[in-house]
Amino acid sequence: MNGRSRNEEAFPQLLDLIPKDREWHENRAHKFSEERKLELRLGPPGEEEDDVVRGRKESLLSLGYFSASVNGGHTQKPVSPPWASSSKTQNINQQKGVSVSSSFLQPQPSPPANTAVPNSSQKRTAPGPVVGWPPIRSFRKNLASSSTSKVVSQHESQNHQQRVVVEDKVAGKKPVADNNNNVAVGGNKSLFVKINMDGVPIGRKVDLNAYYSYEKLSSAVEELFRDLLAAQRDSCGGGIQNKQEVEKAFIGLLDGSGEYTLVYEDNEGDRMLVGDVPWHMFVSTVKRLRVLKSSELPAFTRGGCKQDKITT
Amino acid sequence: MRVNQVEVPRDENGSSILDLARADIAESSTKTRNCAACPGSGSGSMEFQSPYPDQVLENVLENVLHFLTARRDRNAASLVCKSWYRAEALTRSELFIGNCYAVSPRRATSRFTRVRSVAIKGKPRFADFDLMPINWGALFSPWVAAMAKAYPWLEKVYLKRMTVTDEDLVLLSESFPCFKELVLVCCDGFGTSGLAAVAGRCRQLRVLDLVESEVDDDDVEWLSYFPESQTHLESLVFDCLQFAVNFDALEKLVARSPSLKKLRLNGSVTTPQLYRLITQAPQLTHLGTGSFGALEAVAAGDQEPDYASAFAACKSLVCLSGFREIFPDYLPAIYPVCTSLTSLNFSYANINAEHLKSVICLCHKLQTLWVLDSICDEGLQAVAATCKDLRELRVFPENPNEDVEGPVSEVGLQAISEGCNKLQSILYFCQRMTNAAVVAMSKNCPDLVVFRLCIIGRYRPDAVTGEPMDEGFGAIVMNCKKLTRLAVSGLLTDRAFSYIGKYGKLVRTLSVAFAGDTDMGLKYVLEGCHNLQKLEIRDSPFGNEALHSGLHHYYNMRFVWMSSCKLTRHACQEVARALPHLVVEVIRSQGERNDDSVEILYMYRSLDGPRSDAPQFVTIMQ
Repeated sequence: MNGRSRNEEAFPQLLDLIPKDREWHENRAHKFSEERKLELRLGPPGEEEDDVVRGRKESLLSLGYFSASVNGGHTQKPVSPPWASSSKTQNINQQKGVSVSSSFLQPQPSPPANTAVPNSSQKRTAPGPVVGWPPIRSFRKNLASSSTSKVVSQHESQNHQQRVVVEDKVAGKKPVADNNNNVAVGGNKSLFVKINMDGVPIGRKVDLNAYYSYEKLSSAVEELFRDLLAAQRDSCGGGIQNKQEVEKAFIGLLDGSGEYTLVYEDNEGDRMLVGDVPWHMFVSTVKRLRVLKSSELPAFTRGGCKQDKITT
Repeated sequence: MRVNQVEVPRDENGSSILDLARADIAESSTKTRNCAACPGSGSGSMEFQSPYPDQVLENVLENVLHFLTARRDRNAASLVCKSWYRAEALTRSELFIGNCYAVSPRRATSRFTRVRSVAIKGKPRFADFDLMPINWGALFSPWVAAMAKAYPWLEKVYLKRMTVTDEDLVLLSESFPCFKELVLVCCDGFGTSGLAAVAGRCRQLRVLDLVESEVDDDDVEWLSYFPESQTHLESLVFDCLQFAVNFDALEKLVARSPSLKKLRLNGSVTTPQLYRLITQAPQLTHLGTGSFGALEAVAAGDQEPDYASAFAACKSLVCLSGFREIFPDYLPAIYPVCTSLTSLNFSYANINAEHLKSVICLCHKLQTLWVLDSICDEGLQAVAATCKDLRELRVFPENPNEDVEGPVSEVGLQAISEGCNKLQSILYFCQRMTNAAVVAMSKNCPDLVVFRLCIIGRYRPDAVTGEPMDEGFGAIVMNCKKLTRLAVSGLLTDRAFSYIGKYGKLVRTLSVAFAGDTDMGLKYVLEGCHNLQKLEIRDSPFGNEALHSGLHHYYNMRFVWMSSCKLTRHACQEVARALPHLVVEVIRSQGERNDDSVEILYMYRSLDGPRSDAPQFVTIMQ
């Protein structure tokens, strides 16, 4: 392969911010709905239908609950939409003439929702990030975090003669990448990294935060590439035999004993065997994954020592 | 076959208009008529073996309709009678599909048989903000498959919010030998493999524009695939690519593309590299500068290239963008071109007011300006002072969080309204706003066609009076008589919507978020806005009764989007049953829901019924 890690260095933020699934919303929502039942509420009792809306709001707002930095954890009380409470005029009056005050600006570690908070400040204490709000596209976000004098690392020109086989119409769709990155700062997000497999022209992406162990990752990798690999081998003839072969191919991804080995490139551009370091450390340094033919790897020494950058 | 018989009057000499027409036709170009459609005209030669009278008229009509380009005019012409319908169908060369699910590829290609240029739009706009689950649809595949068979002479494809795969691009590159222009806006699903196919096989390619699209890095150097000889490239836009390109290949490509006018580089292209490119292509009219940042490696005393001279040599430059990692000290380099700029995009450059002023004071001809709010109200005041010809302004937030004090406010908006009276389109993100400023803009800028105000803090009232923002938006719809697109925000009651319904008679696109009190709000809009075509609403208290009140109008619309409102599945089903040609999609984005509530409603008219590629989380009500 080629040494593209230099380029990734320049855009580590961009590459990591990729697409996230919506499944994690669901987890948060379940957790929060139970807590919600125990909460005191400020609206009149019996407004059942609003619960649906409020519930949704709260589940979305729970993003902020787990958000470490920006809001300082003061997001327990959701913004109550005007139609949910009957005292809207009260809200307006209370807000009249009150400019954006300091208490509103500073994140406050306020106590949970049980205290009687007047509606106005309730509206003003902005809760955690809401999905898709404000309506700007993901690549316009995170501009505030970049420094003023920008530094771009040197790019060497790369003359690759590699002509990836474009003619191959490989069966199996690429996962549709979407460009959402809707958590502003902090909070759990997906960690999509690219993964390529030797001999398969089309790469994939895998969300590392969806797995909690190397074993799970390994089986996910198999799932991702099994069909593509089979299609590759089919095109060379073989038929039914290929299926069994392909299944065998993914055994031993992690220990170097199989036909293929899973390796990764870390944030310093070094190529490492997957499985050597604790999972959380791996997740924090991994930039890219590769599934390489074991036969083409130089002998790695196990025990977590770094290798020089390898070009295949 | 032909049904109408046309009575042809004859003059004294027995000759009719047909004879005269015959003569005309014999001379006129036969380019647009192929033989299959003209049964009477032989093999395209000048002989006419006693054609039916209607046939000749139809030939005349075709030649005339050839000049009709606006699609609204063509749609009208096609409704005159069957003969006009046919003639129009044969002569339409530009096909526009506003909603890819409103009509099937088969139906479109059957009716319009000689299309050279296709534009297709897919997902609704709220999908840009992650409100639509991924894998919802809008696939290009069935379209390219149908067109590969039906339109061998296809030259242009324009797609917006579609999912395009590498395989689609490969098929495209193989199927259309005359292919010239590919423009992908807000698309996804493809990578450098697909681009390589297009670059390598489309030998007539003039335009390859990737705008705000998500492109995967498959480690294929697509720029190297362009033919080795001189290219026909006029426009190459790839500023949305989030990975490096092979600069060597790019440089060589630019050197052998003498017609290149538009070049928009992505952030991986450094400033010295930019220098090399523009010195080789001083004929550029549109330039996206790439990073425009500073290399750490440049030590003091190192000789930096003379950027200002390079820019000065680009005498035709009218549009400047990029500045992805801007090093403000480099700004003077663009001073030489500022006086001729009509369009400037600083929306990725977090520069302050001083930086902006140094540039903007030279931009007298500026018509389009996109900036970040880091320029503050002060920067906007400078814009208002100089850019008297400004037509379009977009102010994006550097920090999109809700609980911050924003750097722009009603002060900036007021200043712009006073200085830029020709303003037609504005998108303004801010943290605080007043009715007074919005009213001022409604009066100072009567030419406004697009007014999109986004007060980032939800439900924020007028920052000075504490009132809802009803009056401001009311003034906009009342005073801006040409307004067709409106986006509202801030604290809004039903009253704001009553204004919109009453005065917004030309409004075609309306965007609502976190606004309104009751069903009446939406009712006002649906009953009053007769030209409404695109309606997108989120997190607003509009329910079933409101939904029902629009039944008379939904067939006239391209789509309705309502998410996190107060709708029930039952009501949506009633709409679906009342309007059989409306596809009513209820979309779940958060797992199983057993209750009757509707998370997302997305509905649109369709000639071909419910789509067959709906994913599991979409329920099509019937």
